[in-house]
Amino acid sequence: MTLFVIAAREFKTLFLSPMAWTVLAILHTIFAYLFLTQVETFTLLQPKLAVIENSPGLTDIIVPPLFGNAGIILLLVTPLLTMQLICGERRNKTLALLLSAPVSSAEIIVGKYLGLLGLLLLVVALVTIMPLSLRVGGELDTGKFLANILALTLLTAAFAAAGLYLSAIAGHPVIAAMGSFGMLLLLWILDWTTGVKDQRSELLEYLSILRHFQNLQSGLISSVDVVYFVLFIGGFILFSIRSLENYRLLK
Amino acid sequence: MTLLIEAEHLYRYYGKHCAVNDVSFTLTRGDVLGFLGPNGAGKTTTMQMLCGNLAPSAGQIKINGFDLLDQPRSAKRHLGYLPDTPPLYRELTVYEFLHYCAQLHGVAKNNITQAIDHALQRCGLTSVAKRLIANLSKGFQQRVGIAQAILHDPEVIILDEPTVGLDPLQINEIRTLIRELGQDHGIILSTHRLSEVQESCSHVQIIHQGQLILNESIAALKQMMDTGIVQVTTRLAPDVSLLSALPGIKSIETLAENCIRIHYSVVDNPTPRLTETIIAAGWELQELAPVKKSMEDIFITLIRDNES
Repeated sequence: MTLFVIAAREFKTLFLSPMAWTVLAILHTIFAYLFLTQVETFTLLQPKLAVIENSPGLTDIIVPPLFGNAGIILLLVTPLLTMQLICGERRNKTLALLLSAPVSSAEIIVGKYLGLLGLLLLVVALVTIMPLSLRVGGELDTGKFLANILALTLLTAAFAAAGLYLSAIAGHPVIAAMGSFGMLLLLWILDWTTGVKDQRSELLEYLSILRHFQNLQSGLISSVDVVYFVLFIGGFILFSIRSLENYRLLK
Repeated sequence: MTLLIEAEHLYRYYGKHCAVNDVSFTLTRGDVLGFLGPNGAGKTTTMQMLCGNLAPSAGQIKINGFDLLDQPRSAKRHLGYLPDTPPLYRELTVYEFLHYCAQLHGVAKNNITQAIDHALQRCGLTSVAKRLIANLSKGFQQRVGIAQAILHDPEVIILDEPTVGLDPLQINEIRTLIRELGQDHGIILSTHRLSEVQESCSHVQIIHQGQLILNESIAALKQMMDTGIVQVTTRLAPDVSLLSALPGIKSIETLAENCIRIHYSVVDNPTPRLTETIIAAGWELQELAPVKKSMEDIFITLIRDNES
């Protein structure tokens, strides 16, 4: 299937340049530092926790903060990875190759998206490996741990979809990166106004990507949160397909 | 005679600017169609529409019988396209790139190696197959672009200025390749060079300000170029009225007192009669030189006629 041909090419190309390697190396260094800090915190707290009944365990203290921070770091990094997806092809004039091949716009978009998602899933895998090492000496709450993996996976997939759309409409990669970063950050901080003077806006709360992420992180996998992410990803992919079709009409 | 391309009443607007205005033509197997026109005439826009990179504002395009809008997948399967900038992934090697193109165009898995080897060989790329495209010279990159367009053995090959950036030897090779391919494919190529059309095409279309102003076979065009010109210099001023009475002479323009330019019909060449008359009249013939009329003249005349 041509969709997977495009995805495989995209994924392999990322590793042909130093880009993917640099991203993986730098991110992993940061994640490792964050992980060690969390482990340190746990060893300091351990004697106090031992006397409290129903105290938070190893998983609670290490995993959610680590995955939460990973989410924020990916918020900064994903726009840089997605900015070239469609915009770069257009600027290098290589889009003509895809447009004149017997491939639909949907296949081009989804193929490119899956290729990049491959790299992002590798990043998620790197984050996941570290808490797994704790199983050598301790015990992990498997349910909570899996919920965090799911939350981070959905979050990065959503970041990538939004980045893909901005790359499809922007004329310059930097504009695409800035646009997606701005949009994602806004969605991240959207519900910060709640709690101020007891104001509550249900709409803002629903739109906030952070709230849904944290709900999933707490181990409560409700369909509302999962559906939010699925709609987010599906919506932006559809917009991207539309924008590519429009490109043929307007150009 | 299978119709490979049917383009009917194509229009394309960029905002209010009309880049292509009511262009219709057909292409059959064995045709090599040369697309000529000054800069900004609408050549590239027309080609982009034929390849599905650009939607026409109005009109219909059929590739090998498949409508490009209704059945894009089937239509594009029969299409090989080299845009004005070759679409190359610079970080890949030539072989990797062609492998990707073969997969994109749906070449069957067990035919891919063979198809790539064939294209590499045809475009003279075998020696650079393992090199990165980014490190190749412009001429080689252009050839990779051509290889990409003929790789999947499409029925219709569309080349936008295929010989740009090539040295004379390579240009010759590419022309030979185009003639070879032209035997069992339909080819459209655009160019600024008229000599190229004369060399490698069987049909020619001239497009100007978005409109087709000429659509002829090369043979018919040669007929249009039927008029020959000779420039005659004599020592004494010749009597123009006496000369224009000779059969076969169409018109005479006087350049100087003793220098005239004679337009004649190639079918009935009057040169022997002309020399006889001049010598008999005692004007003393000093020079008789043919003036070559090339496609360039026709091109310029046509565009001028169109503008006036």
